Amino acid sequence: MKKTLKKWLEKTIEGILFLSSTITTLTVILIVVFLFKEGKSLFQSTPIEEGFVLAVNKANAAGNLSANQIKNIFDQNIINWKELGGNDEPIFLFRMDDLSNYYTDEELGENFEFVPQRTNEFIDKTPGIIAFFPSKNIDSNFSGKILPIEKTTLKQFLSEKEWFPTAQPVAQLGVLSLILGTLWVSFGAILIALPLGLATAIYMAEIATKRVRNILKPLIELLAGIPSVVYGFFGLIVIVPQIQSLFGLPVGETALAGSIILGIMALPTIVTISEDALRTTPNAMKEASLALGANKWQTIHRVVIPYAGSGITAAAILGIGRAIGETMAVLMVTGNAAIIPHTFLEPVRTIPATIAAELGEAPQGGMHFKALFALGCILFIMTIVVNLTVEFISSRRKNKISH
Amino acid sequence: MTPIITTRFVNLFYNEFQALKNINMAIMPNTVTALIGPSGCGKSSYLRLFNRMNDLIDGVSITGDIMVDGEMIYSKGIDIVALRRKVGMVFQKPNPFPKTIFENIAYGLRVNGVTDKKRIEEKVEFSLQQAALWEEVKDKLKKSAFELSGGQQQRLCIARALAIEPSIILMDEPASALDPISTAKIEELIYELKRNYTIVIVTHNMQQAGRVSDYTAFFYLGELIEFGDTKEIFTHPKDKKTQNYITGRFG
Repeated sequence: MKKTLKKWLEKTIEGILFLSSTITTLTVILIVVFLFKEGKSLFQSTPIEEGFVLAVNKANAAGNLSANQIKNIFDQNIINWKELGGNDEPIFLFRMDDLSNYYTDEELGENFEFVPQRTNEFIDKTPGIIAFFPSKNIDSNFSGKILPIEKTTLKQFLSEKEWFPTAQPVAQLGVLSLILGTLWVSFGAILIALPLGLATAIYMAEIATKRVRNILKPLIELLAGIPSVVYGFFGLIVIVPQIQSLFGLPVGETALAGSIILGIMALPTIVTISEDALRTTPNAMKEASLALGANKWQTIHRVVIPYAGSGITAAAILGIGRAIGETMAVLMVTGNAAIIPHTFLEPVRTIPATIAAELGEAPQGGMHFKALFALGCILFIMTIVVNLTVEFISSRRKNKISH
Repeated sequence: MTPIITTRFVNLFYNEFQALKNINMAIMPNTVTALIGPSGCGKSSYLRLFNRMNDLIDGVSITGDIMVDGEMIYSKGIDIVALRRKVGMVFQKPNPFPKTIFENIAYGLRVNGVTDKKRIEEKVEFSLQQAALWEEVKDKLKKSAFELSGGQQQRLCIARALAIEPSIILMDEPASALDPISTAKIEELIYELKRNYTIVIVTHNMQQAGRVSDYTAFFYLGELIEFGDTKEIFTHPKDKKTQNYITGRFG
């Protein structure tokens, strides 16, 4: 009796453990699937504002237009259809509101019931027109040509520089500047954090007395526990004004400010992991070096650091990983201009900051919303690559130690 | 002949624990001296005095005079790096660096400021020959030292110690982690090296002490019980404890 109860208990615990792991796994898969499903839907839609169309005169010979071309048309950078492979005809921009400049209120009807008809008329008599108007105003015997807009492609998404998801008539969904902004800030962060973190780790592992180390280590680990918004605040109040006055900039919110804050935030990761790696250097190795007449520095430089090399690399990459995904602090100090940065003293905008800042104002299910999810997918892929790299390096490290 | 190592009234403490008690001993040049005794008797601590390897351990304090090659090595202002060049060491477990075979030997030269490539190459070959390893590794100098067998690794460590031309070599149970064939090779090597070097070897293996050493010192609970000619110690030990130990009654 007692035995069966015990067996039953064991089975139950086993079941609970299995269930927990299944739920965890499913949650992870669910989140990833959700992210990619939403992100993917961006590439099945055209970037024109929902419920609107672009139309041209029926005689217009131009073919499909890309989002970028349309933007250039409406910015009047392209002013003749021949630039787009059409007839030699100056482009005439037309928005719905413009209709009242050409027709009287009577002609448009008391309740604007003649608007579709007038729109059609106007498009029909203006050969160079490009008209942007709600699709509900398409006349029943519409004689113009509805312009087909190309769907957003992955290539465009990744290579276009302009991020202007609320632009009219078509959203500009180029994330290159955001990707570069993210990498730029993260790279800067690691440039700051790695030397500092490595030096601290070497000090703690090789030089500090036990007492100093016992104080220092928890203190550095405490850095990891500070909420990122506090870092952001600190950055905004302390670092940003310093940078502004130090370099004489119009604004202090720059990639550099982001890098410094992220560097500080990545420090605990880098220090802890590289210190652990340094401490795995067998004593026998250090003794061998010292017994050969090497001094402490030579031993650290020629034996300890090379031995911990892969661990240090992993620490650096994990630090980058931390920096890539960080949102709040970066949002607060980098200035968030979606431009491709050329120096560290320019504002940049990172992927996570973009998502955090814009998701609230993007209508659910809309183009902008989908674009933010696609951005999330890119971020996810970036961090996966980082994690796989670490995985790869540490597996190589294990092989080395097992020799 | 003047001794190359002399210790007078040496005491060594690990914090409160006294690991060596009033050790007086003199070691002659170009001889092999074996330090024997049961585990924890202080023989390794004693060996590690001579190249100041005990300095690395927290809480160590040392009193008494230790003279190596006419120098008081625990006096202030002593050049530890120079001392360690003079007094090489081979450890219990083979501990090559995770570098190539060549770089393992070159390491000691490089940290001591030798940059002449040709000289390093010559020295590597010479040291490997001295350690009777050259023939086995001459075609794979660029391979990782970890690819060698345990016995080869230990001879590599000996070669590494020889490369910086020490006059004394300390060996801390150099064959305890090796198989009998490798052990025999190491012992042969010790016999060869005696001509040019003074060797102090800690060993657990009584036969080994009998085979390789000229002098034997028996340590027990931090005290030097008996020190003398190896043949004498093994055939006519003066002290009862020595006799019990070498006949295997405790250990």
